Amino acid sequence: MSIAEPPPVQNGHVGRSMKRKEDPRLITGRGAYTDDLVLPGLLHAAIVRSPEAHAKIVSIDTEAAKAIPGVQAVLTAADLGLAAGLPMAWVPPGVTVNTPEHYPLAKDTVKHVGDAVAVVVGDDRYAVVDAAEHVLVEYEPLPVVIDPEKALEEGSALVHEEFGTNKVHEWSLGGGDLEAGFAEADLIVERRVENHRISGAPIEPRAVVADYKSGNLQIWSSTQVPHFLRLFLAIMLGQSEEKIRVIAPDVGGGFGAKLQIYAEEPLMAVCSKVTGRPVKWVETRSEHMQVSHHGRDQVATVRLGVKRDGSITAIHSKIIADLGAYMFLLTPSIPSLGAFVMSGCYKIPAVQTDITGVFTNKCATDAIRGAGRPEATHMIETIMDQAADELGMDRLELRRKNFIPKEDFPATTALGIVYDSGDYHGSLDKLLEHFDYEAFKREQAEALEKGKHLGVGFSTYTEICGLAPSRVTGPSGFGLQTGLWESSMVRVHITGAVTIYTGASPHGQGVESSFAQIAADRFGIEPEQVEVIHGDTQTGPQGLGTYGSRSLSVGGEAMVRAVDKVTSKIKKIVAHQLEAAPEDIELQDGRFAVKGSPDKGMTLAEASGEAYIPENLPEGMEPGLEESAFYDPANFVFPFGAHACIVEVDAETGKVDIVRYVAVDDCGPAINPMIIDGQVHGGIAQAIGQALYERIHYDEQGQLVTGTFVDYALPSAADVPSFETDRTETPSTTTSMGVKGVGEAGTIAASPAILNAVVDALRPLGVTYLQMPLSPMRVWEEIQKAQGGGGASDDPGKQGGTYDAHGQGGGGSGPARPNQGELA
Amino acid sequence: MPNPVHVRIDVNGEPREADVEPRLLLVHFLRENLGLTGTHVGCDSSNCGACTCSVDGEAVKSCTVLAVQADGSQVTTIEGIGSEDDLHPMQTAFWEKHGLQCGYCTPGMIMASNDLLEHNPQPSEHEIREALAGNLCRCTGYHNIVKAVQAAAEHGLRSVSPEVTA
Repeated sequence: MSIAEPPPVQNGHVGRSMKRKEDPRLITGRGAYTDDLVLPGLLHAAIVRSPEAHAKIVSIDTEAAKAIPGVQAVLTAADLGLAAGLPMAWVPPGVTVNTPEHYPLAKDTVKHVGDAVAVVVGDDRYAVVDAAEHVLVEYEPLPVVIDPEKALEEGSALVHEEFGTNKVHEWSLGGGDLEAGFAEADLIVERRVENHRISGAPIEPRAVVADYKSGNLQIWSSTQVPHFLRLFLAIMLGQSEEKIRVIAPDVGGGFGAKLQIYAEEPLMAVCSKVTGRPVKWVETRSEHMQVSHHGRDQVATVRLGVKRDGSITAIHSKIIADLGAYMFLLTPSIPSLGAFVMSGCYKIPAVQTDITGVFTNKCATDAIRGAGRPEATHMIETIMDQAADELGMDRLELRRKNFIPKEDFPATTALGIVYDSGDYHGSLDKLLEHFDYEAFKREQAEALEKGKHLGVGFSTYTEICGLAPSRVTGPSGFGLQTGLWESSMVRVHITGAVTIYTGASPHGQGVESSFAQIAADRFGIEPEQVEVIHGDTQTGPQGLGTYGSRSLSVGGEAMVRAVDKVTSKIKKIVAHQLEAAPEDIELQDGRFAVKGSPDKGMTLAEASGEAYIPENLPEGMEPGLEESAFYDPANFVFPFGAHACIVEVDAETGKVDIVRYVAVDDCGPAINPMIIDGQVHGGIAQAIGQALYERIHYDEQGQLVTGTFVDYALPSAADVPSFETDRTETPSTTTSMGVKGVGEAGTIAASPAILNAVVDALRPLGVTYLQMPLSPMRVWEEIQKAQGGGGASDDPGKQGGTYDAHGQGGGGSGPARPNQGELA
Repeated sequence: MPNPVHVRIDVNGEPREADVEPRLLLVHFLRENLGLTGTHVGCDSSNCGACTCSVDGEAVKSCTVLAVQADGSQVTTIEGIGSEDDLHPMQTAFWEKHGLQCGYCTPGMIMASNDLLEHNPQPSEHEIREALAGNLCRCTGYHNIVKAVQAAAEHGLRSVSPEVTA
């Protein structure tokens, strides 16, 4: 049940839970996803993929496949003729990142299961799959590297011989005097924190349709980043950007998995060029699990220094990140995004993060919802509970003691990052209005007497999003080889209808609605009169896509700048018509009217009619009402909140049930509260999936065991509760609207709340610490271990270990001996 | 085409006939032969339910039904229950309760929800969650999907039936 206050009714549309403009087409089955597209002469493609995790390609025989009726082409690496390989866009100054060549089809060796080897193109969707099975590839298996920690040991087999090591890179970020911080501490708490590999798993698999005609490429792709795709296709194909049109039509979810430049995109372009016909490829779910990038997969050793009174003196995190076999677009940079939030919402004088990236024979990891920040938040918020326990201090008291107080904002962290606004005490207070902690403690004690194990876990988090201020993330700073501005173009037609082009590329976020609400208020019209266009590089030529909770806080800010340029011109036109001064014209009740004389004014339609008749315009003014704007943010935005998760754990079976989940989030002023709640719900559910159910698991041969939804357990409606959500609204001082992002918040916040709750429930049984995923087997085994029953197997949950029937690996990869810390 | 089989399937109240490969999936018959692209494919293994449509009044996952198995049947897809100008009550409920974000699972989710109310017009929250466990959504966390089904049930929605479009 939602406990949110009903949204305040305002004169305008901003702040209203308006029904979405996107929905009528989607609820009636009239959406247009990439696989829905049919073009005359359309061919279909199927890809031949490696069944080996690491092998030399001895030979590829395509003759039998080519002989099958209806097959138009079979291509291997030698046939592609690309000007460049697939991109990796992170070049951090002063840091070497070992980056292997990566082409859409493997040249001499395959590096993970699913690595593409050949592509078959033909007339019929089913027949090309048959034909792909007739492509005969001979492999010579090579030693497989699976465990990232063992991969760093002397004498390990190598994923890429040419680097002489499995180390991809080392990268650090720190601030403050770490040594002094730990010396000052009375207690140092150290934990191993595992954050296992997961899949983004949008319900729409990826799909690509390419149509190459007369040197012009038109390509449809289920992507979050159509403009990046156009740029990189130009580079890979060696042709100019303006001859490429990329369209991201309706996109069925992304979660970061579609923030990528994938092999199939240039590959379909080449297939269309070779055959002279449009070609479609649609990813199967098994392909998605194998080759659409994964997320997380970090093992960290986290040390927290704390004084007896609870003051934190230092935090140091050493992370080994399993990056997989290739460096995809942002692969090595993702763990580093977490480093920026390693002080959470706490005042910590010394903060240090050291990251080592490692090659393994697995699919690459890259951005999945939260991208580095869920991992960091999981470390901070679990170790806060561990520290509170060792100090004998209440978990919330420890948090409150270290929160950056409201009056300190803007607050500069030890890392030099400036949090523009925040009120962490406020969100925790609001959380406790909905969740009676003291009453719960009594209920918990009573339940325990009856043998029921209830627990509560908290997560008080802040995140850094709104990607991104280019001065921080660009080539000379963090090292991304791009700006991260956003762009928008606003056109008011003669009739007063408004078309807005945004470079954001939404795929479920409701941007067509929330942007229309904002623009409608600024033009004095209804949201129905505003059409928001996105995802087509021809109609909206500039943009950088949707990810990092940036659509509103960067894309929306670009839009309001373009809108304000237009309204400023409108005011001049109206002033000219009414013989007033432009500075005296303001929007009043849907009309651009003279201050103090609301009856003297013009509607948008009246003004736009004049705008296209030059003789009615002020001397020298250009006709038309069309403006564009680019916005590069001066800083990130910093959403925050407080979450509580209440669980019941069945100690007999290890099964965890989430009984209640209460979330208070702050993403600044709400544009559409309904959409915000929806984003939070989905984010929490995705974190529940990771915490309890989901895990990408490779066995010791590098075979992907969780290759379908049969084995990879996405949570269903029966696996999650309803959520109780509320908000505080602390405006960002970075954005003109005060808005911040919310798309990743739930996922960033929730996993430690769940883990802390399960630990809380099981403390009476002697369980003091756990690792995700909290599968029944793992939880049961940890209970047995704590009870001295020894039921734990030899760490089968680790990558390369055996595998349980629930698709999550066996239990027991928690610390055999949790380091209980030492009193200095 | 190897060994074509003639099928006659009533889809959204209209008789449709075709010669199809015996292995052609019902979902591909709907999508590729008839152009009814509202029924989606998400997993190929009957887990996600994006392909859910109604065959002879029962919700089925059309990615694991062969077109030849549906020969002689009445099939209703998302396109058959309502249109933008004349929404089915379940479609309205999903819209009003924000029961969708990217929309990809939505047609299957709506068809499965209608099937639930057909069998159980006043389900509890627990019953709704159990009934929809075969339809995966990655966006909404299911919260508002449950609200939508509850709203549709409250307003006395009975079911999807071919008469809606007849």
